[in-house]
Amino acid sequence: MIPEMPTQTSISIVVLFGAACALLIIATIAGEILRHRLARHGSHPTVETYVTRLHSWWAMVFLLAIALLIGRTGVILLFAFASFAALREFLTLTRKTKADHWALIAAFYVVFPLQYVLVWMGADGLFSIFIPVYAFLILPILSVIRGDGRDFLSRVSETQWGLMICVFCASHVPALVTLEIEGAQGSTGRSVLLIAFLVLVVQLGDLAEYYAGRRIGKHRLAPDLSPKTREGVLCGAGFATGIGLLLFWITPFTPWAAALIAVVIYLIGVGGSLVLSAIKQDRGVNSWGHLIPGQGGFVDQMDSVVFAAPVFFHLTRYFYGS
Amino acid sequence: MRSIAATIAGQLLALFAQFITAPRADWRGIEPVNRQRIYFANHTSNADLPIVWTVLPPALRRVTRPVAAADYWLKTKARAFIGPEVFRAILIDRRTDHQTEDPIAKIVSALDEGASVIIFPEGGRNRSDDPLMPFKAGLYNIAKARPEIDLVPTWIDNIASVMPSGEVIPVPLGCTVIFGAPLHVEKDEGKDSFLARSATALSSLMPVREPSA
Repeated sequence: MIPEMPTQTSISIVVLFGAACALLIIATIAGEILRHRLARHGSHPTVETYVTRLHSWWAMVFLLAIALLIGRTGVILLFAFASFAALREFLTLTRKTKADHWALIAAFYVVFPLQYVLVWMGADGLFSIFIPVYAFLILPILSVIRGDGRDFLSRVSETQWGLMICVFCASHVPALVTLEIEGAQGSTGRSVLLIAFLVLVVQLGDLAEYYAGRRIGKHRLAPDLSPKTREGVLCGAGFATGIGLLLFWITPFTPWAAALIAVVIYLIGVGGSLVLSAIKQDRGVNSWGHLIPGQGGFVDQMDSVVFAAPVFFHLTRYFYGS
Repeated sequence: MRSIAATIAGQLLALFAQFITAPRADWRGIEPVNRQRIYFANHTSNADLPIVWTVLPPALRRVTRPVAAADYWLKTKARAFIGPEVFRAILIDRRTDHQTEDPIAKIVSALDEGASVIIFPEGGRNRSDDPLMPFKAGLYNIAKARPEIDLVPTWIDNIASVMPSGEVIPVPLGCTVIFGAPLHVEKDEGKDSFLARSATALSSLMPVREPSA
């Protein structure tokens, strides 16, 4: 059963949505001004990319706001779809042979839907171990009975990695809805706002890091792997902390705890983004896919949030869960 | 009535293919404009034809007819609907003793009606470890008969993992269809050198990947 959402939560979502729209309007106006200024010299590729990205951002803000307003079913459907697209991108680039066909079929048609059904049911004991234990043990068995030992360890580990990142970790974003928070006015409805907190802190931190890194960045964090710089990440962390502090009212956290959690999830997100860039480089591609205009693929868009989600989920459950 | 059903079935098929593989067209050597062409593609899976069909823009799809094996597409009622009516395939019988008319003449007459054509010059699905099997003479004969039409090398990437031969359930993985620069048979060019040249043009489109099994 989906509980009737308290109006207070809906009001909070609308306020956040309004703030996000205000930011996007400013960014859109800035983009159009830049475009007009540079129009004399023909179209400018950087500006064009920026404008395309903004269009994608608009779409994401609307989709997330609608999903949050619908509540549990909305966010689970939205992230299940994103998870499916991400898993498809990830497993496109992994090593596999014909012998892995059944394991891949099981990953897509059994493991992926079941994980989201478990999240929907709120079966937190089971959805936390289903992929790391059951899928981990059973998928290699499906591969081995087809009898092909070439690159076996790489094949099974890469498939498992895809499931961990794109399904297990990603499903911890909507799983935040299932958290029951201690003394939260007896309403479970507000935990949907934790999703907004996670996404806003990590994504805005990433944006701040990107712009600061371009302006003042000098020392590469992971040379040869990513353009991220120490200076950029420092600015991003500061910005993410500020956003966390600013948004404490939508969470069960005290202001200082909100700031601390914000910086932790931001830094994990940066690490996730670096890890996924290393995988891209290993596979010789620039982006995971082509489905989000200006951003690349779903994995490119979600990398940091996906890494941060399980940590955020468990921190919140441990300290604030009832 | 049947043609409406075929149009709807075609749309559904394209939608299904888009859902499973999110196929992407990479127009590397040509523009997606309505011009008569002979697309020649590598063939590893039964899903090849639906994928190329799906990535073609609808306006091009309507005028493009695949060349397909009659012995495969006429085997069951469902195939006999999808092959000849949804894809409007030019059916060729690979068993020479069953051929009632010259397959090349059949393809050329479709070209003369203004259709573009998709052809798999390996003459069957490639089950070997090599990226391409040697081309059959058909491509040369068609190119010779209508030398002015663009021959477009069309590399279908990754489809073998989506649906390896012998499997029936497709795994959702991304696919790309890469269209290369068009080529033509040159004056006095022999069969073998033309077939070798076109095979090289096709296999050079294959994306280079890091060590992948």
